[in-house]
Amino acid sequence: MKQLLPKLAYFGIVLLFMPKQAYAMHIMEGFLPIGWAIFWFALCLPFLVKGLQVIRLVVKENPESKLLLALSGAFTFVLSALKIPSVTGSCSHPTGVGLGSILFGPFVMSVLGSIVLLFQSILLAHGGLTTLGANIFSMAIVGPFIAVGVFKLSTKWGLSFSVAVFLAAMLGDLGTYVMTSVQLALAFPSEVGGILGSFQKFASIFALTQIPLAISEGLLTVMIMNFLQKYNMRELVQLRILKVKES
Amino acid sequence: MFKKNLLLLLGVIVLALLPILFLQDAEFGGADGEAEEAITEIAADYEPWFSALWEPPSGEIESLLFVLQGVIGALIIGYYIGYMRGKHTKDHAKH
Repeated sequence: MKQLLPKLAYFGIVLLFMPKQAYAMHIMEGFLPIGWAIFWFALCLPFLVKGLQVIRLVVKENPESKLLLALSGAFTFVLSALKIPSVTGSCSHPTGVGLGSILFGPFVMSVLGSIVLLFQSILLAHGGLTTLGANIFSMAIVGPFIAVGVFKLSTKWGLSFSVAVFLAAMLGDLGTYVMTSVQLALAFPSEVGGILGSFQKFASIFALTQIPLAISEGLLTVMIMNFLQKYNMRELVQLRILKVKES
Repeated sequence: MFKKNLLLLLGVIVLALLPILFLQDAEFGGADGEAEEAITEIAADYEPWFSALWEPPSGEIESLLFVLQGVIGALIIGYYIGYMRGKHTKDHAKH
């Protein structure tokens, strides 16, 4: 512990005075040892199978919701294409999985998020095929589950709909990158601090960079929800997201 | 709703502009190069065992593809918004 504190302070100072491109997006191609790559793929599979089942069910029960599904997918598509500058002097992008998670539950977003990640890894060399499992797990599984959990808790605690949506989308976004730090720390424990040591290093970079972007994602998600509340209240009620019907 | 959303959008723009205004000498680079550094710092002997099957040949082409991704998404969102608004006003005109 005694050694850790000065080290953390050092990294903090380095971050403050030498703002340069930090590392705050998906894990790149080839940068996870093969064992870990397989592990994360295996962990994702049941979520994806369940996700496909839920999508089939949603479409069957309510064919109209296809459009809303498309909207959720399109939202992640746009948001994960937007590399936005952040306070650490580097760029990262939001994930956009919060919206669909709140609307359809976490499993549906694990499928839609995977499509986005696959697209980016094949056509943009962003992320990677070997790291796809790990990236799916952080962005399309952990993110959506956090978003749904936060949304349910917030509404239970009596927070307003907009605040609940904001918190859910923001923390889901942030949680994705915390998970990425965990994954990297597990695969690359540092010699001095072990897994915890590398986690602190990765997370200190990630969290800082992602905070303003997570706030942006929260705001953008609220914007879409505002629109849905005005023009598609019926479907929101149908999906049991809003119980009380406002004018 | 329009005014509220305009305000929210303003918030997003301000959040993106502040770093550019206050960190004048920052590079605002992307992820990839620095990521390798961060990992090799911890595991000096790690060799990436797989590389991308295809990489955009230049930064310009990469940004083209990113824009394309954004455009496809934005197109669908725009379509949805227009469709729902039209449907909404039509439904209400009937009553």
